[in-house]
Amino acid sequence: MSDGTATATAAERSERTGTSFDIDWVRRNGVFVALGLLLLANVFLTDNFVSTGTLRLQLVQVAPVVIVALGMALVIGTEGIDLSVGAVMALAAALIPLYVGYGSVGAIAIGLVAGAVVGLIAGVLVGVVGVQPIVATLGLMVAIRGVANLFGGEIKSITEPGLVSLGTGDVAGVPYVVVIAALVSLVVWLVVRRSTYGRQLVAVGGNKLAAQLAGLPVRRVLVTTYVVSGLLAAMAGILLAARSQASDPTKLGQLIELSAITAVVIGGTPLSGGQVRILGTIAGALLMQLITATLIFHDIPDSTAQIVQAVIVIAAVYVQLGRGKARRS
Amino acid sequence: MTQHSSAATAAAAGVGDPVLQTVGVTKSFGGVHALKGVDFELRAGEIHTLVGENGAGKSTLIKVLTGVYTPDGGEVRYAGETVHFRRPADAQHVGISTIYQEVNLVPLLSVARNIFLGREPRRFGLIDVGAMNKRARELMAELGIDIDVTAELGRLGLGSQQMVALARAMSVDSRVVIMDEPTSSLETAEVETLFRVARGLRDRGVGLVFVSHRLDELWELCDRVTILRDGEWVHTGPMTEMTRLDLVSKMLGRDIEEVRAEGATEFGSSHLKAGEPALVVSGLEVANRLHGVDLTVRPGEVVGLAGLLGSGRSETVKAVYGALKARSGEVTVAGRKVRTGSVRGALASGVALLSEDRKAEGIVPDLSVRDNIALAVLPRMSQAGVVSEARIDALVDTFMKRLRIKASSPDQKVRELSGGNQQKVLIARWLATEPTVFLLDEPTRGIDVGAKAEVQGLIDELAEQGLAVVLISSEMDELVEGADRIVVLHDGHVQAELDSTDLSSSELLAALAGDREPDSQSPSPATNQAAKQAPTQTEGQHA
Repeated sequence: MSDGTATATAAERSERTGTSFDIDWVRRNGVFVALGLLLLANVFLTDNFVSTGTLRLQLVQVAPVVIVALGMALVIGTEGIDLSVGAVMALAAALIPLYVGYGSVGAIAIGLVAGAVVGLIAGVLVGVVGVQPIVATLGLMVAIRGVANLFGGEIKSITEPGLVSLGTGDVAGVPYVVVIAALVSLVVWLVVRRSTYGRQLVAVGGNKLAAQLAGLPVRRVLVTTYVVSGLLAAMAGILLAARSQASDPTKLGQLIELSAITAVVIGGTPLSGGQVRILGTIAGALLMQLITATLIFHDIPDSTAQIVQAVIVIAAVYVQLGRGKARRS
Repeated sequence: MTQHSSAATAAAAGVGDPVLQTVGVTKSFGGVHALKGVDFELRAGEIHTLVGENGAGKSTLIKVLTGVYTPDGGEVRYAGETVHFRRPADAQHVGISTIYQEVNLVPLLSVARNIFLGREPRRFGLIDVGAMNKRARELMAELGIDIDVTAELGRLGLGSQQMVALARAMSVDSRVVIMDEPTSSLETAEVETLFRVARGLRDRGVGLVFVSHRLDELWELCDRVTILRDGEWVHTGPMTEMTRLDLVSKMLGRDIEEVRAEGATEFGSSHLKAGEPALVVSGLEVANRLHGVDLTVRPGEVVGLAGLLGSGRSETVKAVYGALKARSGEVTVAGRKVRTGSVRGALASGVALLSEDRKAEGIVPDLSVRDNIALAVLPRMSQAGVVSEARIDALVDTFMKRLRIKASSPDQKVRELSGGNQQKVLIARWLATEPTVFLLDEPTRGIDVGAKAEVQGLIDELAEQGLAVVLISSEMDELVEGADRIVVLHDGHVQAELDSTDLSSSELLAALAGDREPDSQSPSPATNQAAKQAPTQTEGQHA
């Protein structure tokens, strides 16, 4: 029996209008403003900030986070979450030294397939079986980390020249890693903007029941999204391993799920789904990277940096959930 | 406030003092007034039913009584004293138990544990399982329920689970038990047991509030009735003095004598209804909801589906659309069989459904008007997985003009639109799929008068263009004037089929009440024939 309560609660929500316009603006553009301000502050306050060396290092460090965060943004767009990305990174990286005998391309392909398979499992659990995303991917996070350890064992070094140059080489001074992250960003942006799948994804995240009733392939969209997330995580893991020329299944990709979620959230993508902000996500990842770097430049300990990050995340989520939902009506 | 219950009858029925009352209770949500000064009185030792259509305020009133909502105005009295429930626990604490359609107990614990949850008999700080089971068995025996108290609750049928909920209510010595549609998913035998237990509680002096959309049950079980409509109190009186026709006309707000003149809606005259049927539904069954519904709609015909709450109107269209799993039955569109149970199959066959719940099942609030309109036809607007913006723009432009959708631009978020415009966006979404059969479930509910007229006019226009339309509406004018034929559903089957050309609202009303031959159908022994002639002396006006 619904008895008009549906309309009532909607009305309840619309009652809390009024102060929403600026909050909504902050939610959508805050991350760009903050990034700009912080860049500006660093230009003036940090010695040697404006040098190719510094910028290069920042971009190389942020690239894997950006790649993972893009997949995360898609998953969050479906009102889901993927906690398994760090473990998937470790798994893909652990497979590289094992299969490097097939050449760098073969090893990379195997790593990517492994990531896609984990994504497929997550997607089936969420989209077909109906397990809550946080539960399904939390389980996978633990399980896949274990599998990575099983395969990889201890730290293995990576010396295959192709992989080493992937991790450390560059085109016209821009590291491959950064180029790849930029290309992936472009592709994901196009997919969200232009593809049938991208449109269906935000509809599924925005109102799953309505999407179902409109005949959308809801399961397929969900499964695809987790596969993409797994694939991107594997890519990030391989790049990270190639850059450090080592694969450490215990440590690699640890806590990166939190950085990725943070980047997505402060980039203005609501955790409640229905929207995907690619540029915001990239800016979010850059902002978090820059905050950490700024604090390190000024000799502030890492633990403090973590606290600052936490405060920013809470503020961002507050803006989204607190007033961000208010309607303009 | 008028004293609106017949004291004499109440006393004769052995009814005691008021145990739970509301006086002039108001409650609104934003601009929506869900309750507009409602008086309600439940006495000890009676079973009192609350009746009203969707939006009448039943749910809100129950939530006020059980402490889920705090009223904006007026007061709630328990055993004669004013109370202020701030949360459901407050109401439970004084002795008000609520039994919902969905049982809110712990499925993994035993029956006995559930009955005594939070009050388990203890020994040495541990639960005394032996004593607990013994007391549970005694309680069950007292209620005449045959259930193994050590069984895991989740393994029992829904009916048995509700018995357990009742037993729990009894064991906490509730003075009030509120049953909100407890029977809607029960089998007949389970309903009988439930009723027996409910009567037992009544005889012990408990006051029971019973809500059900199965009208027959009201006469079978209840002593008194309170009718609400549009958030207002309409009537309170003994069940025995009510005929079905009385009840239904009071619920729907239609005086049986006073039938409105034609012209209240935007619908024109009847349509062309020639050719082969566009939609044939035969023997459609949905577990517990539909028991063999047949329906035929020709191109250009508007067939109205009428019925009271719970009659299976929405279930019928949902099952045709594949959104509800049909147990058996066949659906054919333009001579071709449609795979049941698949929305995509139905859509591909040319069926579209404008569902009743616009917010939950229709709009994607954060998407633009444009994306909402194109939602169901995305694959058709794409090539190799890439959406053609130009084709979508053309489509959206056409429909925004044709349906006169008022939005600042196609990119405006649909949640910012008025209800009427949201509805038009959804109609556009379905028309974009180029359906042959359009199922409309309450298309004009909750939208303003202007938009309502436009939607009604549009339905007419669509039918003239040859679309087969199924129209569900709770508004009788809309059905009588909008439909060419009206199929009346009752309890999951077709009760009557009325040709709309010679139809009056009063005939429809009679059919809705399931009371076409008033004297032959007394739904329960309690309804005596004399009561039919008795004037409704208890009527009062609350404006």
